[in-house]
Amino acid sequence: MPRPTPQPNVRVVTLRIDDRDLSAREDETLIEVCRENRIPIPSLCHLDGLSVWGGCRLCMVEIAGQGRLVAACSTRVAEGMTVQTDTERLRHYRRTIVELLFAERNHVCSVCVSNGHCELQSLAQRCGVDHVRLPYRQTPYPVDSSHEMFRLDHNRCILCTRCVRVCDEIEGAHTWDVMGRGSDCRVITDMARPWGESETCTSCGKCVQVCPTGALVKQGTSAGEMVKDQHFLPILARRRHAQ
Amino acid sequence: MSTQPKITIATAWLDGCSGCHMSFLDLDERLIELVEQVDIVYSPLVDTKELPEQVDVGILEGSISSEDDLEKARLFRERCTLLVSLGDCAVTGNVPAMRNHFKLDAVLDRAYRENVTLQPQIPTRSVPALLTPVKPVHGEVKVDVFVPGCPPSADAIWAVLSELIAGRAPDPNAVTRFGA
Repeated sequence: MPRPTPQPNVRVVTLRIDDRDLSAREDETLIEVCRENRIPIPSLCHLDGLSVWGGCRLCMVEIAGQGRLVAACSTRVAEGMTVQTDTERLRHYRRTIVELLFAERNHVCSVCVSNGHCELQSLAQRCGVDHVRLPYRQTPYPVDSSHEMFRLDHNRCILCTRCVRVCDEIEGAHTWDVMGRGSDCRVITDMARPWGESETCTSCGKCVQVCPTGALVKQGTSAGEMVKDQHFLPILARRRHAQ
Repeated sequence: MSTQPKITIATAWLDGCSGCHMSFLDLDERLIELVEQVDIVYSPLVDTKELPEQVDVGILEGSISSEDDLEKARLFRERCTLLVSLGDCAVTGNVPAMRNHFKLDAVLDRAYRENVTLQPQIPTRSVPALLTPVKPVHGEVKVDVFVPGCPPSADAIWAVLSELIAGRAPDPNAVTRFGA
C-alpha cells in the first residue's frame, strides 16, 4: 500500500479505541492514531517513513462488529469505529507470533550483536514471552559477510522487509528483494548474488539501521554493540513527500 | 528466627556455564536474608550429595544436553513441587543448543581432536553420553517458572525468589528478558 499523500482538505472522523473517544484525520491508519495517542501496539514490519507492508501481524486489533482481526498498520480509520487493541485474544495471538519467530530461525540473544537493542527481543519481553512453547526448528541459515562494511545473518532475519522498502523507497537503489517461500524465504541482494558483489548497493547503510534485529549489522560489532539509529528516516521520508 | 518450617530449595547445574549460579551468589548480603527464610538442601553451592525426596522449589540452570542432564531434570521434576528454569540455557537452549546445527560427531571432533595437541581422543569413560538435539528444560519436563537472562541479574533472581517465598506467582518478564 503506498504511503498516503497528505490532502489539503481531509475530514476528521471520531472513533473509539480502548474505550477512549479519539479524533483522527480520515486518511490516517489505526496504528498512526494509536501511536499519536500513546496507545501501545506492537509491530515489527511497520516503520514510520516506509510504506505499509502488513506482514508481521503483530498489530492486529479487534473492530466491533467484525469477526476477523485487522492489521492496525493497514486499516484506515472510519467514523464511529470501535477498536480494541489489547484483549485476551490479541495477547494470545501476539505471544504466539513472537514465539513462532523465535522457533523458526536462530535468535540467540546472548551472543547477538544487537543484544539489548533488538525490537524482537524487547517485544518478546513486552508480549509476555518468557519461553517458547514450540520446539525450535534448529535449522541453520547462511551468513553473508561479503560486504566490506555490513553483514547479513539470515538466522536472525524475521522477513519484515524494512530493508527492502527503505532501499527502494528512500535510497532509491532497490538492492534488496525477497526470494523463496515458507521457511526458505529470505532477503536477497541483487539477483541473489553476494552482497559484497552488488552493483546497485550504495553502501548507505539504511537497511542496517532500520533492521529490527541483528540480521543486518555493521561489520566489526560484537555482542551487544550494534546500536541502531533511525533518525534519518522520518526526515528523509518527509522531504521525499514534500517534493 | 521464625518457627515456621523453612522453604526448601534445590539447585542443579546442567549444560550451562555456571553463570546463573554466580549471579545467584551476586545476591551478596541478601543471601543472609535469604537463608533466614529458606534452606538450600541440594546445590553445587552446598555439600549434599543426594537430592532429598521432597523439595519445595527446584531451580535448574543449563540446557539438557546429556543423559545426566536429562536424569537430573526428571529427578528434579519428580521431587520438587515447583520447578524453575533459571537463565537462557534452561529456558531456550541458548549457547549449548547452537551445536544442534552440526552433527554430534563433528562437534566432538572439533572439541577433542582438531583443537587438541596432546593425545587427541573422544572421552567415553565416566562421562555421560551427549544427546541430540540439545533442548531447553521444558522440552523434556514440565516447568512452572521461567526466568530468562544470560545470566538473569541478581536483582531479577531476588525478585523472583521473593515472590515465590511470599507464595505469589512471580512475573519474570517484568525484571528480565532473553539475553539480559
